[in-house]
Formats: sequence, structure tokens, C-alpha cells
Amino acid sequence: MARAASVDMRTRMQELLPKIVLAPSFALVLLFVYGFIAFTIYLSFTDSRMLPSYGWEGWTNYSKLFRIREWDTAITNLAIFASLYIVICTIIGLMLAIFLDQKIRGEGLLRPIFLYPMALSFIVTGTAWKWFLDPGIGIENTMHLWGWESFEFGWIKDRNMAIYTIVIAAVWQSSGFVMAMFLAGLRGIDNEILKAAQMDGASNWQLYRRIIIPLLRPAFLSAFVILSHLAIKSYDLVIALTGGGPGNATAVPATFMYSYTFTRNQMGIGAASAVIMLMTIAAIMVPYLYAELREKK
Amino acid sequence: MSVASQDNAASVGRVGRTFVYLTLLLFALFYLLPFFIMLVNSLKPLGEITGGNMIALPQDWTIAPWLSAWSTAQIGVEPTGLKPYFWNSIRMVVPAVVICTMIGALNGYVLTKWRFRGDTIVFGLMLFSCFIPFQIVLIPMARILGILEISGTTAGLVLVHVVYGIGFATLYYRNYYAAFPTELVRAAQIDGAGFFQIFYRILLPSSGPITVVCVIWLFTNIWNDFLFGASFASGDAAPMTVALNNLVNSSTGVREYNVHFAGAILAALPTLLVYIVAGRFFVRGLMAGSVKG
Repeated sequence: MARAASVDMRTRMQELLPKIVLAPSFALVLLFVYGFIAFTIYLSFTDSRMLPSYGWEGWTNYSKLFRIREWDTAITNLAIFASLYIVICTIIGLMLAIFLDQKIRGEGLLRPIFLYPMALSFIVTGTAWKWFLDPGIGIENTMHLWGWESFEFGWIKDRNMAIYTIVIAAVWQSSGFVMAMFLAGLRGIDNEILKAAQMDGASNWQLYRRIIIPLLRPAFLSAFVILSHLAIKSYDLVIALTGGGPGNATAVPATFMYSYTFTRNQMGIGAASAVIMLMTIAAIMVPYLYAELREKK
Repeated sequence: MSVASQDNAASVGRVGRTFVYLTLLLFALFYLLPFFIMLVNSLKPLGEITGGNMIALPQDWTIAPWLSAWSTAQIGVEPTGLKPYFWNSIRMVVPAVVICTMIGALNGYVLTKWRFRGDTIVFGLMLFSCFIPFQIVLIPMARILGILEISGTTAGLVLVHVVYGIGFATLYYRNYYAAFPTELVRAAQIDGAGFFQIFYRILLPSSGPITVVCVIWLFTNIWNDFLFGASFASGDAAPMTVALNNLVNSSTGVREYNVHFAGAILAALPTLLVYIVAGRFFVRGLMAGSVKG
């Protein structure tokens, strides 16, 4: 009897153990991710200023938020930045991947060169590009020294153009990574399909347009998801490159949230802006993750 | 994989090939030039930078900017150089990576070999946590760190990075262990091996590749983090990225560009080294995290 009971205990223990092992991480995630999200959502409906405060205000913060000029700028900037960043990275990434896939000599050398920027911190990238783009000492000055006196490149100091300098630096940092994703996709394509198409007399152009690029759909999708989520989160690069300036010409939602919450003591509005950011990312990520997890079953 | 696919490439004409090579070289230049310029200018005296061409090699080679960036440059108010902050980052990144990787491996093991009802939901919730904009957790995190009395410390940052690194670590190990034959696990179970025995004896010995991937990924992410560092440890406990940003932005008087560049390279050095040593795995890991299979 006793022996049977102890065996029973042991098997029950064995059944419970996996859940006990997983439980702490799950609890951490529930609290630090979902609990915190709930708390921030709650704060976005309160009159919090410098510190969290719990006076219910309804949608006031949201209606205030959308009347703030800087938030308008931030959203517009994000739209410009995200769309250019995603499109340019995808074009460069795809082109480099296709080119690298042409039995290139020295591929082993070129690949790490294309990729290394993504190992760097956005702060490092920003520090470097801030300087190159500075008209007084950077590229513009170099061109002048080389005798091209009329060359002008002052975007970083120009309210209307500064956001594009962020696109340049961000593309420099991430396009190699997109290349790697497409290259992995290309290398995964079944050779037989290509040979068959070639035997049918398909030209190179047709081969890529009709067969290879459509087969890369998963890579396109992953690139889009990753780049868009990086774009919405981008904070460091803007801080290091322009600090959100000139004025607040390059403010993005991430910098807006930080400055309203921690320096301007408008925590309620800061929380509301964070909620909008989360919703935007969720709108992209949730369907993607849902599809991934369902397929894996 | 890459050898077989060399046949993929359809042959292109000579003009086409020249164009392909030229484009690739041009882009190689585009990616390399910024780093080259940083390096070259970090070895020049300041006068050569403000008065000269940024692409030119130094006439007067000097390592003074590097020494200054490392140990004497003004960071915020203290002339300490980046050295203490470099060690802050090391003290932050090493424990965070070790803890995260261990937790991730166990989680991946449970989620693939000890499946239970609702495990996909658990994993889905963990997975989504990798992609949230961290702005959404900044305010409550600041409070919790305050309550635990670890705000403004390296320990606080370790906690933050562990919490938000678990998702990715779990993702990597789960995807990796999913391909590991479950029959082996079942056979060991029948032989009487327990939960941890199976993990140590059977799964762990073959987890080398994914561990490399996971460690590299976590290391670069945590080392390069700026938002959490700036929010929760901006003083003495600031990590390298925050200190670099202070160095570049807060220097009073003459802007010492050569020192800034030396500092930027110092901040990039650990991740670059990791990348140079194990870059191939790094790429493979990113694939595992983003593209299926």
C-alpha cells in the first residue's frame, strides 16, 4: 500500500514538475508584461502628472493627446520614417540577396560587411551619422575640400528634411539584416523548380519575377513585421542622431512618450501615447503570431 | 545548404556580372565607410579633424583620444571616462544573459516535451511580450524598481533585462527542441529517467548551437539597450550606451570629436567582437527567431 502510494506521489510529482518549472517565468511575464500593460492603460485614463495618481478622467488624455501639435508631428514622422525605412530596406535587402546569390566570388567576405552594422547599438550609429551629416565637418565639408564648392547637404539642420537623415542612418543599420533574411529564403528554394522553369525557356527576369520572388513571400512578411516593429519602437537612434530636433521636427511617438512622461510631468498623456504605440504594434504582430502558432500545431 | 544552392543562380551575361559586382562593392563601401571614418578620426588630433578632410588618414597618429575616452573624458559631471560604465555594462549583461538562457532552455524543454493543455497560449503570451514597445512598461517598472529599492542600480537593470529577455530565449529553445525527437525522451522516461535527468543527459548535450545563438542575441540586445538604461540607471550605474550618449552630448566647451569616435568604437567593441567571432551563428539565430524553420 505504502509503496503504491509513494509511486503514485512520484508520478504525480513528475507530472507537476514541468508546470512548476515553467510557472515562475510565466508569472513574471504575466506581471511585468501584461500587468504593467494593464496598469499603463489604467493610468492613461487618470489625472496622473508627475507621479501616478488615480483620479479617473475618462478619455480626456486621449482627446488632449490628439490636439497636441507635437504628437501630430510625431505620428507624421513615424509614418514617413516607417514607410521609407521598410520600403528602402526591403528593396536594398532583396537586391543584395539576389546579387549575392549569383555565384559571387568573395561572398564570404561581403556578407559580414553587409551585416556588421546591425551588431552596433543605435547610439553608436547615431553618433557616427550625426557627424557625417553635419554640414560643417562631415560629407558637405569633404566635398568642399575636394573642390565641389556648391555641394550642399544640410538636411540634419533642416526642419523639413531632418527626418530623412534618420531614414538614412536606420537603413544603413538594418538593410544588411534584411539581405540575410532574403538570402536564407533564396537558399531554401528547391532547385528542381528552377531547373524545370529554365528548361521551359524562362528568362532570368521571368524566373525571378514569376517564380522566385513569389516564393519569397514568407521572407517578405517576416521582414515587414520585424522592420515595422523596429520602426515603431525606434527611440535610441532619434535621440542619438537629432535628439528629436531641430526644435521637435524629428519627434516620434517613442520620444514623445518619454518627454511627456518623465520631463514634462504629463504622465497621463504619456501613458495614452504608449497605449497607442502598443495598439499599433499589436495590430501588426497579433495576426502574424497567431498565424505562426496555428501553423506550427 | 549553401553549396547545393550555388546552382540556383541563373547565369547572367558579362555586362550583367560586372554590374552585379560593382553594385555589391559599392554597397560594401557604403557599409564600411562610416566605421572606417570613425576609426581614422579617432586616431587624429582634434585640429586635423576640424581643419581637414574626414576621409584622409591621420598625419599625426595619436592614441590620446582613446586614452581620454577610456579614462579621463567628462561623462556628465565626472571626468571618469567610459571605463566605469563599460564595467557597469559587463556586470549587467553577463548575469542577465546567463539567467535568461537557463530559464529559456528549461521553458523550451517544457513547452515541447512536456506539453499540456493551454501550452500554446502560454507560449503565445510569452512570444508577444518580445515585441511590445517598452514605453508601455516604463512607468510601472520605475515604480516597482523603486519599491524593491533597486532603481538606479545594476541589479535593477539585470532584473529588467531578464524579464524582457525570457520571451526570446524561450522562443529560440522552443523552436530548437521542437525538432528534437520526442521518442528519445519517451524512451528515457520508460527507463525511469526523471524530468531533470532527461534534460541534462539528453537535451542539454545537443543544445550547443542554439545556446550560442541565444547568448549572442541576448548579449547584443542587452548590451545595446539604451531606453532601459536611460530610464532606470542614468547616474553612476549607467550602462555604456547611456554614458556614450552623455559623452557626445554633454561635453562643455570644445567638442572633441576624436574622443567621441573612440568612445563610440569602445561601446561597439564587445558586440562587434562577438559578431566577428560567431557571426555566422548570429545570422542563423535571427532566422530561427524570425523566419520559420
